[in-house]
Amino acid sequence: MKDKEIDDVLKETARGEDVLKAETLQSISDSIKASLRPVRPLPPTWMLAGSLILVCAAVALAGAAHAGFFGIEKMDLLERATIFSTLIVFAWVVGVGLVHEMVPGSRRRIAPGALLAIVSGILLGVFALLFRDYQTSDFFSAGIVCLLTGLLFAVPTALLAWLVLRRGFAVKPVSAGLVAGTLAGLAGLAMLELHCQNFQAAHVLVWHIAVVPLSAAAGALVGWALSRASSRD
Amino acid sequence: MPVDSNLEILMAQYQEGDFNAATVLIAQLSPQLHRFFIAQLASRADADDLLQETWLRIHKVRHTYRPSEPVLPWFYAIARRVRVDHYRKSSRTTARQQALEEMSKIAAPVAAESGQLDNLVALLAPLSEGEREVIEMLKVEGMSLEEAARATSSTVGSVKQKAYRAYKKLRETMSVTAFRKGQSGRLS
Repeated sequence: MKDKEIDDVLKETARGEDVLKAETLQSISDSIKASLRPVRPLPPTWMLAGSLILVCAAVALAGAAHAGFFGIEKMDLLERATIFSTLIVFAWVVGVGLVHEMVPGSRRRIAPGALLAIVSGILLGVFALLFRDYQTSDFFSAGIVCLLTGLLFAVPTALLAWLVLRRGFAVKPVSAGLVAGTLAGLAGLAMLELHCQNFQAAHVLVWHIAVVPLSAAAGALVGWALSRASSRD
Repeated sequence: MPVDSNLEILMAQYQEGDFNAATVLIAQLSPQLHRFFIAQLASRADADDLLQETWLRIHKVRHTYRPSEPVLPWFYAIARRVRVDHYRKSSRTTARQQALEEMSKIAAPVAAESGQLDNLVALLAPLSEGEREVIEMLKVEGMSLEEAARATSSTVGSVKQKAYRAYKKLRETMSVTAFRKGQSGRLS
């Protein structure tokens, strides 16, 4: 059987299907009539994504201002330019992705999980190229502190991002949570790069980068919990 | 004027609070949304409920539609979310899902064996949920790959893959049906 024949069967079958009652349509019209008022559409994607980048930058800078800019002061020009330009580009890409998650029917070029994998993978590559100190002193004790600090700063970023996109509507809350968590994790990572002066490769590659996937996982979990809660209402 | 751009204009007017535009949108889009729910193996009563819920949700989040964007994927994306919520909300969720899975498994051979591919539900029953909705959007409603990808919050590649798998299954089912019809014709 050819594809064209299948198409014809499908169209022919659908043509005879389903007649909606006039009362059903009338009751739908009536149900919206009382609350029909003009609404303001969401701002364009670039404006919302730009706001998200500002949120990330504000949280990372505020955190580093509080804890000290020791990391960026210790970096050379190449390290500063490479790390922060990479973070800004990723914040933009993930920010646009998050806006798309919050606007139904938006174009999706890459799945959220794949986006997280690509972001984490490229960050690992960039950091592996830049940090060549292979000592592992205080690996766990110093690492846990950095991981928790990064995650701590991811939380306000996620809350502020929600504030920016509160008028949106996530058709896939788990995906939206995962992307929001990725963005928040990038803010936490940016704060660590501004602040942390431990440039041991293992420390940066494991504990700093881990902030991004852990924050994304937490975001996905929150999205899942919210979607379960909204289903129960 | 193409139907889609007409819908987009109506949607923009609906956002501005025009009740007539809302009524025309409801009249134009409800049959296909209803068919979408039916094709997902919902009962007719469930489909009616889902349609009502969908329009209430559409009304609540109508500000999330942006006038420059295609309108059909926006409607279908919300309809999908309503469908998921509806089944979760139901106290019989688990039983229903099991029943649906059983229906999918049973309906395919029944349809093939009896040769009664006379309605959309039976025709699409051998397909998975994702394949069914993609075929419904692409072939029944005439949406483009890009629009179906937007509506299902997936990539164009993923939609193509689902359509390919769906066609493979449909081809097998329909070929069996055609073969059996031919055989019974020869015997009689």
